[in-house]
Amino acid sequence: MAWFKRSKENISPDSQKKDLPDGLWEKCSSCGEIIHKKQLETNLWTCTKCGFHFRIGSKEYIDVILDKGTFKEMDKKMRSGDPLEFEDTKKYKDRIQETIKKLGLNDAVKTGTGKINGMDVAFGCMDFKFIGGSMGSVVGEKLARLIDKAFKNKIPLIIISASGGARMMEGAFSLMQMAKTSSRLARLADAHVPYISVLTDPTTGGTTASYAMLGDIHIAEPQALIGFAGPRVIKQTIGKDLPKGFQKSEFLLEQGFVDVISPRKELKNNIYNVLSLIF
Amino acid sequence: MAKTILDFEKPIAELEAKLEEMKKLSDKINIEDEIMMIEEKAKLIKESVYKDLTRWQRVQLARHPDRPYTLDYIYAMTNNFVELHGDRGFKDDKAIVGGFAAIDEYKVMIIGHQKGRDTKSNVFRNFGMPNPEGYRKALRLMKLAEKFNKPVITMIDTPGAFPGLEAEERGQAEAIARNLFEMSRLRVPIIVVIIGEGASGGALGIGVGDRILMLENCWYSVISPESCSSILWRSWDFKEQAAEALKLTAPDLFEQRLIDRIILEPLGGAHKDHLQAANNLKAVLKEELELLIKIKPEKLIEGRLEKFGKMGEYVE
Repeated sequence: MAWFKRSKENISPDSQKKDLPDGLWEKCSSCGEIIHKKQLETNLWTCTKCGFHFRIGSKEYIDVILDKGTFKEMDKKMRSGDPLEFEDTKKYKDRIQETIKKLGLNDAVKTGTGKINGMDVAFGCMDFKFIGGSMGSVVGEKLARLIDKAFKNKIPLIIISASGGARMMEGAFSLMQMAKTSSRLARLADAHVPYISVLTDPTTGGTTASYAMLGDIHIAEPQALIGFAGPRVIKQTIGKDLPKGFQKSEFLLEQGFVDVISPRKELKNNIYNVLSLIF
Repeated sequence: MAKTILDFEKPIAELEAKLEEMKKLSDKINIEDEIMMIEEKAKLIKESVYKDLTRWQRVQLARHPDRPYTLDYIYAMTNNFVELHGDRGFKDDKAIVGGFAAIDEYKVMIIGHQKGRDTKSNVFRNFGMPNPEGYRKALRLMKLAEKFNKPVITMIDTPGAFPGLEAEERGQAEAIARNLFEMSRLRVPIIVVIIGEGASGGALGIGVGDRILMLENCWYSVISPESCSSILWRSWDFKEQAAEALKLTAPDLFEQRLIDRIILEPLGGAHKDHLQAANNLKAVLKEELELLIKIKPEKLIEGRLEKFGKMGEYVE
């Protein structure tokens, strides 16, 4: 009998060093499975072996949630105005420019209208890739206008969140976007128009502490990190390791802050289904 | 009162100490002229130091351990105050205090973050960092104010909402979000005053209102300079630069049109004269109350929506 047992499977030399030929294959960060991109796409960017949900962006979610070809984008050109002329190790202006060029996105949220199984909806989706999905003036303003669209047209609102929180480089302007979006949501609620908040990995900070936690219905993807403070900060505060599964969707369901946990494959139908019951 | 002297306050403190000494002596010998001269000099030094404070120095003043806190202002400004406790769901959070009060002829609800002054009271107050039940207590009190048609005054002074394990379990994010939502449609006037530190969501959680006022030596931003430094510079050593970059002082926020009005502090900061600081605040609050109580609830709510709607800079 061996004295020591390897606890991790992942330690054999070939499992770690497998070269992935130029972008055709993706490796599951949960189970290590190597999956062809095409296959991953047809599986809605979830692992074919363990079901792990890969992080995806607005482009992909539009395909996942909305009826094909129905998305009409609003405020496509809106960009940050760099109100503080912020500079850390790099100028914020340059950071923005580079990110726009690299990703082909103008900021961390895409908004517009579309249909879900024929039902008109106002639809917003964040892009975590764009400076950590951070919320600055553009995210706040685009979402505020989206909420107004839902309010005027009396159509359900759906926002998919994926964000590290408010954007530091816009200082107090970013902070105020929390108040801006929340006040518009209050008006929408008074008009009895439903709002479904979809929480994906990760949703933290000022985003969670505003529109992401203000849905009539909260739907989360499995195993998504959702919280106010990030796990590292909490660990520092309490000086202890965090319990397993802490701040994950399943934990939030248990604590009473999420209504439904939905695998990505069922997300569209789950959203449609609950809307059809209340609207 | 325990005296803490910040680095840039030292030259002034030394002069003031010398003055005290001389005043004691002046009973015995005639040095009136010298005293007057030093007083004049002290005043000039003070004026020049406090005119050109760096942003980091203002952050330090906002955190000055001798600075007046919410309850100090309440006791100085009101002639009647009944503190109310608890969120009716979980417990009473000591980092947020509140209750009905009378500021001369105005009956109001006052709610604010509360810090402690020494280790023991800071532990009791959790350093002014609320848990979810603090925000829920604040909301309960605001709803009470709405029910009895009393204006709400909130006072912001927090290093942030508490980033603890239990806070997450009980929904820190939801508690703050709920307050933003409900405050934006509360049917009574809300005056928000930043009296010290305004750190991020933990500050904004009681910070939505019709008028946003800020004491002269305060900071209000999305993150503290230290945390900003640690994230963007990957080191704790760039807090001064971070403070500069964040443009987080009262004059900054006034220029950014994110606050409505700056309230002057006694020369040297609010900690130099608690009563004077409270009197300045009281006078402004009375002016604002007089205007706000005349506005109909629908107009207030509409105005709030528009006010926060305008905040943000983008290009299209």
